[in-house]
Amino acid sequence: MSFEQIVFYGFSFMLIFSALMVILVKNSVKAALFLVLCFFASSALWLLLEAEFLAITLMLVYVGAVMVLFLFVVMMLDINYSALRQGYTKVLPIALMVALGFLLLLQWLVGNEHFGLNIIAEPQKHPADYSNVRELGRVLYTDYFYPFELAAVILLVAIIAAISLTFRGKRGRKSQDIDKQVEANKQNRLKVVKVEPVVSPKISDGEKA
Amino acid sequence: MDKVTILVMGGVMSKLGKFFKTFLLWELVQGLRVTGRHLWKKKITIQYPEETTPMSPRFRGLHALRRYPNGEERCIACKLCEAVCPALAITIEAGPREQDGTRRTTLYEIDLFKCIYCGFCEESCPVDSIVETRVFDYHFEKRGEQIMTKAKLLAIGDKLEPQIAADKAADARYR
Amino acid sequence: MIMEWALILLDILLKIAAILLPVILAVAYTTYAERKVIGYMQLRLGPNRVGPKGLFQPFADVIKLAMKEIVVPTGASRSLFILGPILFIGPSLAAWAVMPFDAELVLADIDAGLLFLLAMTSISVYGVIIAGWASNSKYAFLGSLRSASQIVSYELAMGFALVGVLMCSNSMNLGTIIEKQSGGIASWYFIPLFPMLVVYWISGVAETNRAPFDLAEGESEIVAGFHVEYAGMAFALFFLAEYANMILISCLTAVMFFGGWLSPFQGIPVLDNLTSWIPGTVWLLLKAGFFLFLFLWFRATFPRFRYDQVMRLGWKIFIPVTIVWIVVLAVWIKSPFWLWGAS
Repeated sequence: MSFEQIVFYGFSFMLIFSALMVILVKNSVKAALFLVLCFFASSALWLLLEAEFLAITLMLVYVGAVMVLFLFVVMMLDINYSALRQGYTKVLPIALMVALGFLLLLQWLVGNEHFGLNIIAEPQKHPADYSNVRELGRVLYTDYFYPFELAAVILLVAIIAAISLTFRGKRGRKSQDIDKQVEANKQNRLKVVKVEPVVSPKISDGEKA
Repeated sequence: MDKVTILVMGGVMSKLGKFFKTFLLWELVQGLRVTGRHLWKKKITIQYPEETTPMSPRFRGLHALRRYPNGEERCIACKLCEAVCPALAITIEAGPREQDGTRRTTLYEIDLFKCIYCGFCEESCPVDSIVETRVFDYHFEKRGEQIMTKAKLLAIGDKLEPQIAADKAADARYR
Repeated sequence: MIMEWALILLDILLKIAAILLPVILAVAYTTYAERKVIGYMQLRLGPNRVGPKGLFQPFADVIKLAMKEIVVPTGASRSLFILGPILFIGPSLAAWAVMPFDAELVLADIDAGLLFLLAMTSISVYGVIIAGWASNSKYAFLGSLRSASQIVSYELAMGFALVGVLMCSNSMNLGTIIEKQSGGIASWYFIPLFPMLVVYWISGVAETNRAPFDLAEGESEIVAGFHVEYAGMAFALFFLAEYANMILISCLTAVMFFGGWLSPFQGIPVLDNLTSWIPGTVWLLLKAGFFLFLFLWFRATFPRFRYDQVMRLGWKIFIPVTIVWIVVLAVWIKSPFWLWGAS
């Protein structure tokens, strides 16, 4: 077995194990963490395929950003775990059937007859000066230019939609105008008033006594 | 240029100035300058065990009971200090002394956990017997050690008498 | 077969040790420098009791921390509690793999080095989140939420700032980025990328949770943030990682914007020859040292931000500024006024 094979099998095992743990583990936070491990393992597998840009982007985007926000949500949820486990045996047959269906579907779609070694040639190693990033950029900005830009526009629309859905204006909200606060200075806020001391009439010696 | 254009120009210029000031983080740089200057200034730390801050002759530290130069203890058990002590830290029992029958304390205790070091005892004492010395760094290792008995107080007084006498003399003209 | 692998493994381990031991030593003395510098700025002397001028203070601290017990709080998830600090320190040390110390002195000379760095800094959030959640403590949880959202927000600005560097250098390999800046101070990227530099540097300070962005710790509000419950070596790992991150950000700023190992006297006739014997590593360390000093200077100077101000600065100021500058830069690079190498 070569070194690469050991790495491949190691990370494949890790991938499958963590994927199983995502659905088997009771605690939802731990499930999310196993999903992170899952992403990590698959990114390692991509590295083996010399897809370093995709692998690192997977880490950056999914592990570094998406899963963090996901974890936020999961951590703040107040879940009653025992209630979640109810009816486990009742839904088990249906769940198994769905799982089996998915497995068959996957086999049908991406099985050996589509992506087997007899259909697609064994990937060749690229020379050391091969830049994965450059190739990807070239393809994205030439052949797939329109789909790529379209995806960007769709994402932008999604961002605007999400913001406009949650934004409810300044209704009943006390907000600060930071520019105004920053611009505040001594001249505008503070007025030094010279107050003349009130001179009381002199008390004469006679009154004192 | 007429007045309005000058005003408008001035407004624009101040806006522009503000813009650059904001983006060049001018105020932050000013703050950094202050701390940067202090980096090179003379340090004012007192290296405590080796150096100490100057101390007033009125410093109120650990208590002591004094004696007259002939060795007679000053305290006459008038209990003024016990009466004036705001923290009720002083306990005194009095009685005639065996040898000559003079009125002396049979028990003179200061609980240092109660004591607030206000110095009232020192001020109230008609014979300058109970004083507060300059000693401020002391510790206890066992429970009960915080109660300063008469013997302990007298021992401190004997040990520090020159300093105490000098402090009293320095302060005498203000009393 | 096994001998061969053992040799490979040994080789890799030795290389890792050769990088990490100096880094850890640097971390130790950064803590010392921090206490000294901040002390001096506050007219104090700082540590001066352990060894001459207090130089052995870091070792005393480490020994003290190592002797302490690691307390796992009741109700905490034990395995995750231990995993938290490890996940925090792992990426911050792994990121050093791609750091070029000199023209040939780099452990992993990978093409996507810049992306690798960004990925590593983004994974270290997990240490914070896990530590805060596994502690089973409200303060720790709040601190980890603050820290994580802060790191995620500032990563964006940081990434955008680095896009500017990419556009100038046309490469994601750190070594190439430095080589493209050769030719004296005037050809370093901090001139055309000045706004990016400011954004990158401030985001770096925020990313490492340092003052004035240290509200994840916020000792006056949430006691110590995500690592309240940690003691002993587990706490030491968090401490170590924070300082390792500081040094990393300082080195990266030097690499991206100040020509890394390049001498500042390049192209100046006499000085260049006089200083050519100085190895590039020294220049890199000098530049990084300056930025490290800035970290300490900031901490001694600025009061802590309020939480909503931190978010506002990241999202509403830094990201727009970087996006605008990317557009300006794109036009500038294509115009004849671009003086920093053809792209």
